[in-house]
Amino acid sequence: MENAIEVRNLNAYFGALRAVKDVSLNMLEKKVTALIGPSGCGKSTFIRCLNRMHEVTPKARSEGKILIHGEDVQTKDPVLLRRNVGMVFQNPQPFPSMSIFDNVAAGLRLNGMRNKAVLAEEVEKSLRDSALWDEVKDHLDKPGTSLSGGQQQRLCIARALAIRPSILLLDEPCSALDPISTAKVEELIHELKSDYTIVIVTHNMQQAARVSDFTAFLLLGEMIEYGVTSKMFTNPSNKRTEDYITGRFG
Amino acid sequence: MKRQVEEEINQLKAKLLHMGGLAEEMIHFSMKCFIERESGFGEKVFKNEEEVNRLQIDVDELAGKILALYQPEASDLRTIIAAMKINSEIERVADQAVNITQTCTLHLFKETPIKTMMEIPRMATIAQEMIKDALDAFSRGDVELAQAVLKKDEEEDTLKAKVLSEIIGQIRKRPAQTQQLVDLILISRNLEKIGDHATNIAEDAIYMTIGKDIRHPNQQEPSSVIP
Repeated sequence: MENAIEVRNLNAYFGALRAVKDVSLNMLEKKVTALIGPSGCGKSTFIRCLNRMHEVTPKARSEGKILIHGEDVQTKDPVLLRRNVGMVFQNPQPFPSMSIFDNVAAGLRLNGMRNKAVLAEEVEKSLRDSALWDEVKDHLDKPGTSLSGGQQQRLCIARALAIRPSILLLDEPCSALDPISTAKVEELIHELKSDYTIVIVTHNMQQAARVSDFTAFLLLGEMIEYGVTSKMFTNPSNKRTEDYITGRFG
Repeated sequence: MKRQVEEEINQLKAKLLHMGGLAEEMIHFSMKCFIERESGFGEKVFKNEEEVNRLQIDVDELAGKILALYQPEASDLRTIIAAMKINSEIERVADQAVNITQTCTLHLFKETPIKTMMEIPRMATIAQEMIKDALDAFSRGDVELAQAVLKKDEEEDTLKAKVLSEIIGQIRKRPAQTQQLVDLILISRNLEKIGDHATNIAEDAIYMTIGKDIRHPNQQEPSSVIP
């Protein structure tokens, strides 16, 4: 299996503050990698570097090298890069003025797709892939915001999937969801990994343990440990990882 | 500040150690019963057994509660896994002591003793030490002590083999006393089993402490290679 993402000596800054410190790691294609660590440890900043969202923040910059499928992200057009590296955020944010259908179709339309039949087909596929189709197929014209929080988050995942990325970045996708919706999103992650490389930032340690193949533990911007998830959660190598995941600090 | 899960885990360990202490006493009383041919010791064995059985359920309930409420990870998780396994081992140790006592009271006491076989009390002393050391290793996370228990099991097995060969010789010489001699084989087998349970406890203590499963050394470890 190949590396979908290779990160070499990544440093990310907000002005003078170094939020990510010299992190290097590889992430395998079609696997789920979880990033865990206390608030402010740099995990969200780290994934925002992967699709160059970090640099959009004023005074933010990064150093080091990130290769996506072997290509340096800095040499890519950020818009094209983000098409390939989709992102879903903590709070589901469907486009408020758009219907369920249009929310999913928005990215496709932006990319120039006009054929209605193809659009309908792609929207259905994305909604099926995000396990939402059966719940919304009879009212695709209703506003995206009329859905429940969990459904809205799956709608955002469908929106991200519609433009067929190969990598999906999930930044605490379940932190605003109830346990049932969380379970649905977790099942979805499990399904999606046969087609996508997934990187998930989560505060919920059990969620990281359940959904991921590999886990990286970050603390104060440094990567303390990176390992196979089942080993990290039963027998971590580093004392600080042990202390964090057993709740001794953080 | 002490974590609440830590308090519950300490309580779990305390219950297990108490249970282990009762099982050790049971080995001691069953041997007293065997050597002194005094059924009063047997009653103590049966009394302890009731308490061990009650504690076994308590320990499982508490371990289940900790798993459900705290979803422990890493060393906390390993401690709960080890505790649940050790719980069963101790209960089986208690059963072995009951078996010894029953063999004594049901058969041996009815017959004239043929010979004091010193290896059997010696086996009991070693078995008792093994249980104590294995539980101390679990309580303190002492890998060295746990490894010493594994070593001691070899001594127990050697003694068992010696008892067996001696008794087979005796059966040939005195076939009329076969029943009594077979009972001695059963008792030595019970003691050897206690040694095996102590070995399992020691292996669980090592797993809990360093996360290494040493039960079957030739088994391949799961991959922990990162990309």
